[in-house]
Amino acid sequence: MVNNKQEVSDDLGNVGNLGDTSNPGDLEKRLKAFEGRPSVVAGVGKDPVNAPMIRHWCEAMGDTNPAYAGPDAIAPPTMLQVWTMGGLSGHRADIGRTEAYDELLALLDEAGCTSVVATDCEQEYVRALRPGDEVTFDAVIESVSERKTTKLGTGYFVTTRMDVRVGDDLAGTHRFRILKYAPAGRREKPPRPRPVVNRDNAGFWEGVRQHRLLIQRCTGCGTLRHPWLPGCTTCGCPDWDTIEASGEGTVYSYVVPHHPPFPAFEPPYAVALIELAEGVRMISNVVGVPYDKVRIGQSVLLEFQAYDDDLVLPVFRARGEAA
Amino acid sequence: MKPGDELPPLEIPITRTLVVAGAIASRDYQDVHHDAELARQKGSPDIFMNILTTNGLVGSYITDHFGPRAVLRKVAIRLGAPNYPGDTMVLTGTIEDVAEDVADDTATVRVIGTNSIGRHVTGTVTVAFPAPAARRTGARQAPVTLPAGEAG
Repeated sequence: MVNNKQEVSDDLGNVGNLGDTSNPGDLEKRLKAFEGRPSVVAGVGKDPVNAPMIRHWCEAMGDTNPAYAGPDAIAPPTMLQVWTMGGLSGHRADIGRTEAYDELLALLDEAGCTSVVATDCEQEYVRALRPGDEVTFDAVIESVSERKTTKLGTGYFVTTRMDVRVGDDLAGTHRFRILKYAPAGRREKPPRPRPVVNRDNAGFWEGVRQHRLLIQRCTGCGTLRHPWLPGCTTCGCPDWDTIEASGEGTVYSYVVPHHPPFPAFEPPYAVALIELAEGVRMISNVVGVPYDKVRIGQSVLLEFQAYDDDLVLPVFRARGEAA
Repeated sequence: MKPGDELPPLEIPITRTLVVAGAIASRDYQDVHHDAELARQKGSPDIFMNILTTNGLVGSYITDHFGPRAVLRKVAIRLGAPNYPGDTMVLTGTIEDVAEDVADDTATVRVIGTNSIGRHVTGTVTVAFPAPAARRTGARQAPVTLPAGEAG
Protein backbone atom coordinates (compact mmCIF):
# COMPACT_ATOMS: atom_id res chain seq x y z
CA MET A 1 0.00 0.00 0.00
CA VAL A 2 1.30 3.42 -0.91
CA ASN A 3 1.97 5.57 2.07
CA ASN A 4 1.07 9.03 0.89
CA LYS A 5 0.93 10.58 4.31
CA GLN A 6 3.02 13.70 4.34
CA GLU A 7 3.39 16.39 6.87
CA VAL A 8 3.37 19.93 5.62
CA SER A 9 3.13 23.31 7.19
CA ASP A 10 0.48 25.74 6.09
CA ASP A 11 0.84 29.49 6.03
CA LEU A 12 0.11 29.74 9.72
CA GLY A 13 2.77 27.23 10.62
CA ASN A 14 0.24 24.57 11.54
CA VAL A 15 1.16 21.05 10.70
CA GLY A 16 -1.35 18.70 9.22
CA ASN A 17 -1.49 15.34 7.54
CA LEU A 18 -2.62 16.22 4.07
CA GLY A 19 -2.66 12.67 2.84
CA ASP A 20 -4.52 11.38 5.84
CA THR A 21 -7.76 10.13 4.39
CA SER A 22 -9.37 10.22 7.81
CA ASN A 23 -9.53 13.98 7.54
CA PRO A 24 -9.78 15.05 3.92
CA GLY A 25 -12.04 17.94 4.90
CA ASP A 26 -9.18 20.23 5.87
CA LEU A 27 -7.41 19.66 2.60
CA GLU A 28 -10.57 20.20 0.61
CA LYS A 29 -11.18 23.46 2.43
CA ARG A 30 -7.71 24.64 1.53
CA LEU A 31 -8.09 23.51 -2.07
CA LYS A 32 -11.43 25.31 -2.37
CA ALA A 33 -9.75 28.53 -1.26
CA PHE A 34 -7.92 28.58 -4.60
CA GLU A 35 -11.17 28.92 -6.55
CA GLY A 36 -11.39 32.32 -8.19
CA ARG A 37 -7.69 33.08 -7.84
CA PRO A 38 -5.92 34.02 -11.06
CA SER A 39 -3.43 31.49 -12.39
CA VAL A 40 -2.10 33.67 -15.20
CA VAL A 41 -2.20 37.46 -15.36
CA ALA A 42 -1.24 39.20 -18.60
CA GLY A 43 0.50 36.20 -20.13
CA VAL A 44 2.17 36.82 -23.47
CA GLY A 45 2.43 34.31 -26.30
CA LYS A 46 6.03 33.31 -26.99
CA ASP A 47 5.50 33.69 -30.72
CA PRO A 48 3.01 35.76 -32.67
CA VAL A 49 0.53 33.68 -34.65
CA ASN A 50 2.62 32.58 -37.61
CA ALA A 51 2.42 30.59 -40.83
CA PRO A 52 5.22 28.08 -40.05
CA MET A 53 3.64 26.92 -36.79
CA ILE A 54 0.26 26.71 -38.51
CA ARG A 55 1.78 24.63 -41.30
CA HIS A 56 3.55 22.30 -38.84
CA TRP A 57 0.28 21.77 -36.99
CA CYS A 58 -1.63 21.06 -40.20
CA GLU A 59 1.07 18.61 -41.29
CA ALA A 60 0.88 16.77 -37.97
CA MET A 61 -2.92 16.61 -38.06
CA GLY A 62 -3.12 15.86 -41.76
CA ASP A 63 -5.38 18.90 -42.07
CA THR A 64 -5.43 20.23 -45.64
CA ASN A 65 -8.18 22.80 -45.11
CA PRO A 66 -7.37 25.65 -47.56
CA ALA A 67 -8.58 28.20 -44.97
CA TYR A 68 -5.28 27.67 -43.12
CA ALA A 69 -2.95 28.53 -46.01
CA GLY A 70 -2.35 31.37 -48.42
CA PRO A 71 -2.46 35.13 -48.03
CA ASP A 72 -5.84 35.15 -46.19
CA ALA A 73 -4.96 32.26 -43.92
CA ILE A 74 -6.43 31.94 -40.48
CA ALA A 75 -4.95 29.71 -37.80
CA PRO A 76 -6.89 26.51 -37.13
CA PRO A 77 -9.19 27.54 -34.28
CA THR A 78 -8.25 24.38 -32.37
CA MET A 79 -4.70 25.78 -32.11
CA LEU A 80 -5.99 28.33 -29.58
CA GLN A 81 -4.08 26.82 -26.65
CA VAL A 82 -0.92 26.33 -28.73
CA TRP A 83 -0.26 30.09 -28.82
CA THR A 84 -0.23 30.15 -25.02
CA MET A 85 2.13 27.21 -24.47
CA GLY A 86 5.49 27.66 -22.78
CA GLY A 87 7.18 25.04 -24.98
CA LEU A 88 10.37 23.29 -23.95
CA SER A 89 11.86 26.20 -22.02
CA GLY A 90 8.63 27.45 -20.45
CA HIS A 91 7.44 30.98 -20.05
CA ARG A 92 9.64 33.68 -18.58
CA ALA A 93 9.26 33.58 -14.82
CA ASP A 94 8.53 37.30 -14.63
CA ILE A 95 5.63 37.20 -17.07
CA GLY A 96 2.12 36.00 -16.52
CA ARG A 97 2.13 33.09 -14.18
CA THR A 98 0.92 33.69 -10.63
CA GLU A 99 1.97 31.77 -7.56
CA ALA A 100 -1.55 30.50 -6.93
CA TYR A 101 -1.50 27.76 -9.56
CA ASP A 102 1.95 26.51 -8.54
CA GLU A 103 0.89 26.55 -4.90
CA LEU A 104 -2.24 24.59 -5.71
CA LEU A 105 -0.29 21.95 -7.63
CA ALA A 106 2.32 21.76 -4.86
CA LEU A 107 -0.41 21.25 -2.27
CA LEU A 108 -1.81 18.39 -4.32
CA ASP A 109 1.68 16.91 -4.80
CA GLU A 110 2.15 16.94 -1.05
CA ALA A 111 -1.17 15.17 -0.63
CA GLY A 112 0.20 12.33 -2.76
CA CYS A 113 -1.52 13.43 -5.97
CA THR A 114 1.69 13.57 -7.97
CA SER A 115 0.38 12.45 -11.37
CA VAL A 116 -1.52 14.60 -13.77
CA VAL A 117 -3.67 13.97 -16.81
CA ALA A 118 -5.70 16.39 -18.94
CA THR A 119 -9.34 15.34 -19.07
CA ASP A 120 -11.36 18.14 -20.64
CA CYS A 121 -10.84 20.97 -23.06
CA GLU A 122 -13.69 23.33 -23.93
CA GLN A 123 -12.94 26.11 -26.36
CA GLU A 124 -15.07 28.85 -27.85
CA TYR A 125 -13.71 30.76 -30.79
CA VAL A 126 -14.82 34.38 -30.93
CA ARG A 127 -12.46 35.88 -33.47
CA ALA A 128 -10.17 34.16 -35.96
CA LEU A 129 -6.45 34.37 -35.31
CA ARG A 130 -4.24 35.33 -38.23
CA PRO A 131 -0.48 35.41 -38.79
CA GLY A 132 0.96 38.47 -37.09
CA ASP A 133 -1.54 38.51 -34.22
CA GLU A 134 0.15 38.95 -30.83
CA VAL A 135 -1.68 36.87 -28.29
CA THR A 136 -2.09 37.71 -24.60
CA PHE A 137 -3.94 35.65 -22.04
CA ASP A 138 -5.33 35.62 -18.53
CA ALA A 139 -6.50 32.58 -16.63
CA VAL A 140 -8.35 31.90 -13.43
CA ILE A 141 -8.72 28.78 -11.30
CA GLU A 142 -12.39 28.15 -11.82
CA SER A 143 -12.94 25.15 -9.58
CA VAL A 144 -11.27 22.41 -7.59
CA SER A 145 -13.38 19.29 -7.20
CA GLU A 146 -13.97 17.19 -4.14
CA ARG A 147 -11.84 14.09 -3.79
CA LYS A 148 -12.75 11.72 -6.62
CA THR A 149 -11.85 8.12 -7.22
CA THR A 150 -11.22 7.27 -10.87
CA LYS A 151 -9.80 4.29 -12.72
CA LEU A 152 -6.41 6.02 -12.69
CA GLY A 153 -6.45 6.72 -8.99
CA THR A 154 -7.87 9.06 -6.41
CA GLY A 155 -7.45 12.79 -6.79
CA TYR A 156 -8.90 16.17 -7.59
CA PHE A 157 -10.09 17.79 -10.81
CA VAL A 158 -8.74 21.29 -11.31
CA THR A 159 -10.49 23.48 -13.86
CA THR A 160 -9.00 26.68 -15.23
CA ARG A 161 -10.56 29.16 -17.65
CA MET A 162 -8.39 31.20 -19.92
CA ASP A 163 -9.29 34.22 -22.03
CA VAL A 164 -7.10 34.65 -25.09
CA ARG A 165 -6.91 38.14 -26.56
CA VAL A 166 -5.37 40.06 -29.41
CA GLY A 167 -5.09 43.61 -28.17
CA ASP A 168 -8.46 44.35 -26.59
CA ASP A 169 -10.32 41.79 -28.68
CA LEU A 170 -11.31 38.49 -27.15
CA ALA A 171 -10.17 35.79 -29.57
CA GLY A 172 -11.46 32.83 -27.61
CA THR A 173 -11.98 31.18 -24.28
CA HIS A 174 -10.33 28.00 -23.20
CA ARG A 175 -11.54 25.93 -20.28
CA PHE A 176 -9.12 23.19 -19.30
CA ARG A 177 -9.52 20.45 -16.73
CA ILE A 178 -6.82 18.24 -15.31
CA LEU A 179 -6.94 15.40 -12.84
CA LYS A 180 -4.18 15.53 -10.22
CA TYR A 181 -4.15 12.06 -8.71
CA ALA A 182 -2.34 9.46 -6.69
CA PRO A 183 -1.81 6.58 -9.12
CA ALA A 184 -3.86 3.54 -8.18
CA GLY A 185 -0.84 1.28 -8.80
CA ARG A 186 -1.96 -1.69 -10.84
CA ARG A 187 0.23 -4.19 -9.02
CA GLU A 188 -0.62 -3.02 -5.54
CA LYS A 189 -1.67 -5.81 -3.19
CA PRO A 190 -5.10 -5.52 -1.63
CA PRO A 191 -4.91 -4.48 2.01
CA ARG A 192 -4.70 -7.12 4.70
CA PRO A 193 -8.13 -7.94 6.13
CA ARG A 194 -9.22 -5.80 9.10
CA PRO A 195 -9.94 -7.41 12.46
CA VAL A 196 -13.59 -7.59 13.42
CA VAL A 197 -13.80 -5.42 16.52
CA ASN A 198 -16.85 -5.72 18.75
CA ARG A 199 -17.74 -4.81 22.33
CA ASP A 200 -16.41 -8.11 23.64
CA ASN A 201 -12.92 -7.74 22.15
CA ALA A 202 -12.56 -3.94 21.78
CA GLY A 203 -10.21 -3.82 24.79
CA PHE A 204 -7.86 -6.30 23.16
CA TRP A 205 -7.56 -4.25 19.97
CA GLU A 206 -7.19 -1.02 21.93
CA GLY A 207 -4.26 -2.71 23.69
CA VAL A 208 -2.73 -3.73 20.36
CA ARG A 209 -3.03 -0.16 19.15
CA GLN A 210 -0.93 0.83 22.17
CA HIS A 211 1.49 -2.04 21.50
CA ARG A 212 0.31 -3.99 24.55
CA LEU A 213 -0.87 -7.58 24.33
CA LEU A 214 -3.62 -7.89 26.95
CA ILE A 215 -4.87 -11.21 28.28
CA GLN A 216 -8.27 -11.41 29.95
CA ARG A 217 -8.33 -12.67 33.53
CA CYS A 218 -11.44 -13.83 35.32
CA THR A 219 -11.81 -11.90 38.57
CA GLY A 220 -13.90 -14.80 39.95
CA CYS A 221 -11.46 -17.70 39.63
CA GLY A 222 -8.35 -16.03 38.21
CA THR A 223 -8.28 -18.10 35.00
CA LEU A 224 -6.61 -16.43 32.02
CA ARG A 225 -8.38 -16.64 28.68
CA HIS A 226 -7.77 -15.85 25.02
CA PRO A 227 -9.40 -14.97 22.67
CA TRP A 228 -11.51 -12.49 24.60
CA LEU A 229 -14.96 -13.65 25.71
CA PRO A 230 -17.83 -12.06 27.66
CA GLY A 231 -17.53 -14.55 30.52
CA CYS A 232 -15.31 -17.19 32.09
CA THR A 233 -15.58 -20.66 30.54
CA THR A 234 -14.29 -22.20 33.77
CA CYS A 235 -16.55 -20.63 36.41
CA GLY A 236 -19.08 -18.63 34.38
CA CYS A 237 -18.22 -15.34 36.08
CA PRO A 238 -18.85 -12.31 33.81
CA ASP A 239 -16.30 -10.05 35.55
CA TRP A 240 -12.74 -9.73 34.35
CA ASP A 241 -9.64 -7.61 34.25
CA THR A 242 -6.49 -7.88 32.14
CA ILE A 243 -2.82 -8.60 32.52
CA GLU A 244 -0.23 -7.61 29.96
CA ALA A 245 1.55 -10.51 28.27
CA SER A 246 5.32 -10.66 28.75
CA GLY A 247 5.73 -11.39 25.05
CA GLU A 248 7.53 -14.70 25.58
CA GLY A 249 6.03 -17.67 23.78
CA THR A 250 6.55 -20.86 21.82
CA VAL A 251 5.07 -22.29 18.64
CA TYR A 252 2.43 -24.77 19.80
CA SER A 253 1.41 -25.74 16.27
CA TYR A 254 1.33 -24.33 12.76
CA VAL A 255 -0.01 -24.81 9.26
CA VAL A 256 1.36 -23.66 5.89
CA PRO A 257 -1.34 -22.62 3.41
CA HIS A 258 -0.31 -23.21 -0.22
CA HIS A 259 -3.63 -23.06 -1.95
CA PRO A 260 -6.01 -21.42 -2.57
CA PRO A 261 -4.29 -18.04 -2.58
CA PHE A 262 -5.92 -15.20 -0.70
CA PRO A 263 -5.45 -11.80 -2.40
CA ALA A 264 -3.75 -10.06 0.54
CA PHE A 265 -1.26 -12.88 1.17
CA GLU A 266 1.39 -14.56 -0.93
CA PRO A 267 1.43 -18.30 -0.32
CA PRO A 268 3.08 -20.28 1.06
CA TYR A 269 3.15 -18.73 4.53
CA ALA A 270 3.02 -20.08 8.07
CA VAL A 271 0.09 -19.51 10.39
CA ALA A 272 1.08 -20.43 13.91
CA LEU A 273 -0.68 -21.14 17.15
CA ILE A 274 1.52 -19.49 19.76
CA GLU A 275 1.43 -20.54 23.37
CA LEU A 276 2.22 -17.52 25.49
CA ALA A 277 4.37 -17.88 28.61
CA GLU A 278 1.22 -17.08 30.60
CA GLY A 279 -0.40 -20.25 29.22
CA VAL A 280 -3.02 -19.00 26.76
CA ARG A 281 -2.67 -19.57 23.02
CA MET A 282 -3.29 -17.23 20.12
CA ILE A 283 -3.12 -17.43 16.33
CA SER A 284 -0.52 -15.23 14.67
CA ASN A 285 2.33 -15.18 12.17
CA VAL A 286 5.94 -16.11 12.85
CA VAL A 287 8.31 -13.57 11.35
CA GLY A 288 12.05 -13.60 10.89
CA VAL A 289 12.21 -17.11 9.40
CA PRO A 290 10.96 -18.60 6.12
CA TYR A 291 7.65 -20.46 6.30
CA ASP A 292 9.43 -23.83 6.11
CA LYS A 293 11.68 -23.08 9.09
CA VAL A 294 8.83 -22.68 11.54
CA ARG A 295 8.89 -25.55 14.05
CA ILE A 296 6.76 -26.74 16.94
CA GLY A 297 8.37 -25.70 20.18
CA GLN A 298 10.25 -22.83 18.58
CA SER A 299 10.88 -19.95 20.98
CA VAL A 300 9.31 -16.69 19.81
CA LEU A 301 9.06 -13.14 21.06
CA LEU A 302 6.15 -10.75 20.60
CA GLU A 303 6.44 -7.68 18.44
CA PHE A 304 3.98 -5.34 16.81
CA GLN A 305 4.00 -4.94 13.07
CA ALA A 306 2.35 -2.07 11.20
CA TYR A 307 0.89 -3.31 7.90
CA ASP A 308 -0.51 0.03 6.78
CA ASP A 309 -1.67 3.32 8.23
CA ASP A 310 -4.60 1.71 10.01
CA LEU A 311 -3.47 -1.79 10.84
CA VAL A 312 -1.09 -2.94 13.56
CA LEU A 313 -1.00 -6.65 14.46
CA PRO A 314 0.86 -8.68 17.10
CA VAL A 315 3.31 -11.10 15.47
CA PHE A 316 6.02 -13.34 16.87
CA ARG A 317 9.67 -13.29 15.91
CA ALA A 318 11.55 -16.56 15.94
CA ARG A 319 14.34 -16.53 18.52
CA GLY A 320 16.40 -19.52 17.47
CA GLU A 321 16.37 -23.29 17.00
CA ALA A 322 13.45 -25.44 18.00
CA ALA A 323 13.56 -26.38 21.65
CA MET B 1 -29.02 18.05 -42.67
CA LYS B 2 -31.16 17.32 -39.66
CA PRO B 3 -30.72 16.12 -36.09
CA GLY B 4 -29.89 12.43 -36.00
CA ASP B 5 -27.96 12.47 -39.28
CA GLU B 6 -24.65 10.69 -39.04
CA LEU B 7 -21.31 11.76 -40.45
CA PRO B 8 -19.24 9.12 -42.24
CA PRO B 9 -16.79 7.59 -39.77
CA LEU B 10 -13.11 8.45 -40.06
CA GLU B 11 -10.39 5.94 -39.21
CA ILE B 12 -7.19 7.45 -37.88
CA PRO B 13 -4.19 5.14 -37.40
CA ILE B 14 -2.50 6.19 -34.16
CA THR B 15 1.12 6.01 -35.23
CA ARG B 16 4.02 6.90 -32.97
CA THR B 17 4.79 9.65 -35.47
CA LEU B 18 1.31 11.14 -35.15
CA VAL B 19 1.51 11.15 -31.34
CA VAL B 20 4.95 12.81 -31.31
CA ALA B 21 4.32 15.19 -34.23
CA GLY B 22 1.03 16.29 -32.68
CA ALA B 23 2.64 16.90 -29.29
CA ILE B 24 5.53 18.90 -30.72
CA ALA B 25 3.34 20.87 -33.15
CA SER B 26 1.21 21.82 -30.16
CA ARG B 27 4.32 22.84 -28.17
CA ASP B 28 3.61 20.14 -25.58
CA TYR B 29 6.91 18.64 -24.40
CA GLN B 30 5.50 16.49 -21.57
CA ASP B 31 7.67 13.37 -21.73
CA VAL B 32 4.68 11.00 -21.70
CA HIS B 33 3.93 12.17 -25.24
CA HIS B 34 7.35 11.43 -26.77
CA ASP B 35 9.52 9.29 -24.47
CA ALA B 36 8.26 5.72 -24.10
CA GLU B 37 10.73 4.81 -21.36
CA LEU B 38 9.77 7.74 -19.15
CA ALA B 39 6.09 7.10 -19.90
CA ARG B 40 6.52 3.53 -18.64
CA GLN B 41 8.26 4.75 -15.50
CA LYS B 42 5.14 6.78 -14.83
CA GLY B 43 2.92 3.73 -15.12
CA SER B 44 1.78 4.14 -18.72
CA PRO B 45 2.41 1.21 -21.10
CA ASP B 46 3.63 3.59 -23.82
CA ILE B 47 3.52 7.21 -24.92
CA PHE B 48 0.01 8.51 -25.58
CA MET B 49 -1.64 11.26 -27.59
CA ASN B 50 -1.96 14.67 -25.93
CA ILE B 51 -5.27 16.45 -25.58
CA LEU B 52 -4.35 19.23 -28.01
CA THR B 53 -3.82 16.72 -30.81
CA THR B 54 -7.15 15.08 -30.08
CA ASN B 55 -8.72 18.54 -30.14
CA GLY B 56 -7.15 19.24 -33.52
CA LEU B 57 -8.24 15.91 -34.98
CA VAL B 58 -11.82 16.39 -33.80
CA GLY B 59 -11.87 19.90 -35.28
CA SER B 60 -10.52 18.78 -38.64
CA TYR B 61 -12.93 15.82 -38.77
CA ILE B 62 -15.76 18.34 -38.67
CA THR B 63 -14.29 20.94 -41.03
CA ASP B 64 -13.24 18.25 -43.52
CA HIS B 65 -16.81 17.04 -43.56
CA PHE B 66 -18.50 20.41 -43.96
CA GLY B 67 -15.90 22.02 -46.18
CA PRO B 68 -13.83 25.19 -45.99
CA ARG B 69 -16.85 27.47 -45.62
CA ALA B 70 -17.56 25.96 -42.22
CA VAL B 71 -16.16 27.88 -39.26
CA LEU B 72 -15.53 26.26 -35.90
CA ARG B 73 -17.29 28.10 -33.10
CA LYS B 74 -16.89 25.72 -30.23
CA VAL B 75 -15.05 22.47 -29.55
CA ALA B 76 -15.58 20.79 -26.17
CA ILE B 77 -13.98 17.40 -25.60
CA ARG B 78 -13.53 14.95 -22.77
CA LEU B 79 -10.84 12.29 -22.84
CA GLY B 80 -11.19 8.68 -21.73
CA ALA B 81 -9.15 5.70 -22.96
CA PRO B 82 -5.70 6.88 -24.09
CA ASN B 83 -4.56 6.74 -27.72
CA TYR B 84 -1.44 4.56 -27.71
CA PRO B 85 0.74 3.97 -30.80
CA GLY B 86 -0.40 1.03 -32.89
CA ASP B 87 -4.07 1.58 -32.17
CA THR B 88 -6.70 2.97 -34.50
CA MET B 89 -9.21 5.61 -33.53
CA VAL B 90 -12.52 5.78 -35.34
CA LEU B 91 -14.26 9.15 -35.18
CA THR B 92 -18.01 9.23 -35.64
CA GLY B 93 -20.35 12.20 -35.58
CA THR B 94 -24.07 12.70 -35.14
CA ILE B 95 -25.91 15.93 -35.85
CA GLU B 96 -27.47 17.04 -32.61
CA ASP B 97 -28.95 20.37 -33.52
CA VAL B 98 -29.33 22.64 -36.51
CA ALA B 99 -30.09 26.32 -36.00
CA GLU B 100 -30.71 29.19 -38.35
CA ASP B 101 -29.82 32.68 -37.32
CA VAL B 102 -29.75 36.05 -39.04
CA ALA B 103 -25.98 36.03 -39.24
CA ASP B 104 -25.16 32.33 -39.40
CA ASP B 105 -26.57 28.90 -39.64
CA THR B 106 -25.04 26.59 -37.11
CA ALA B 107 -24.87 22.87 -36.56
CA THR B 108 -23.99 21.09 -33.35
CA VAL B 109 -22.34 17.73 -33.77
CA ARG B 110 -21.76 15.08 -31.15
CA VAL B 111 -18.39 13.44 -31.82
CA ILE B 112 -17.15 10.15 -30.42
CA GLY B 113 -13.69 8.68 -30.98
CA THR B 114 -13.33 4.99 -30.17
CA ASN B 115 -10.12 2.96 -30.03
CA SER B 116 -9.45 -0.67 -29.11
CA ILE B 117 -9.55 0.12 -25.38
CA GLY B 118 -12.74 2.12 -25.35
CA ARG B 119 -13.86 5.70 -25.87
CA HIS B 120 -10.88 7.97 -26.33
CA VAL B 121 -12.92 11.12 -26.76
CA THR B 122 -16.46 12.33 -26.48
CA GLY B 123 -17.24 15.86 -27.49
CA THR B 124 -19.49 18.45 -28.96
CA VAL B 125 -18.57 20.71 -31.84
CA THR B 126 -20.52 23.76 -32.94
CA VAL B 127 -19.80 24.83 -36.46
CA ALA B 128 -21.14 27.90 -38.26
CA PHE B 129 -21.87 28.54 -41.89
CA PRO B 130 -21.75 32.30 -42.45
CA ALA B 131 -24.95 33.33 -44.17
CA PRO B 132 -24.91 35.05 -47.56
CA ALA B 133 -24.51 38.82 -47.28
CA ALA B 134 -27.99 39.32 -48.73
CA ARG B 135 -29.61 37.62 -45.78
CA ARG B 136 -27.64 39.59 -43.23
CA THR B 137 -28.90 42.84 -44.77
CA GLY B 138 -32.46 41.79 -44.19
CA ALA B 139 -33.60 40.27 -47.48
CA ARG B 140 -35.13 37.15 -45.97
CA GLN B 141 -35.59 34.30 -48.33
CA ALA B 142 -36.77 30.76 -48.17
CA PRO B 143 -34.97 28.65 -45.54
CA VAL B 144 -31.40 28.12 -46.56
CA THR B 145 -30.25 24.61 -47.18
CA LEU B 146 -27.10 23.91 -45.26
CA PRO B 147 -24.19 22.52 -47.24
CA ALA B 148 -24.34 18.79 -47.55
CA GLY B 149 -20.64 18.45 -46.90
CA GLU B 150 -18.03 18.31 -49.61
CA ALA B 151 -16.01 15.61 -47.91
CA GLY B 152 -18.95 13.57 -46.79
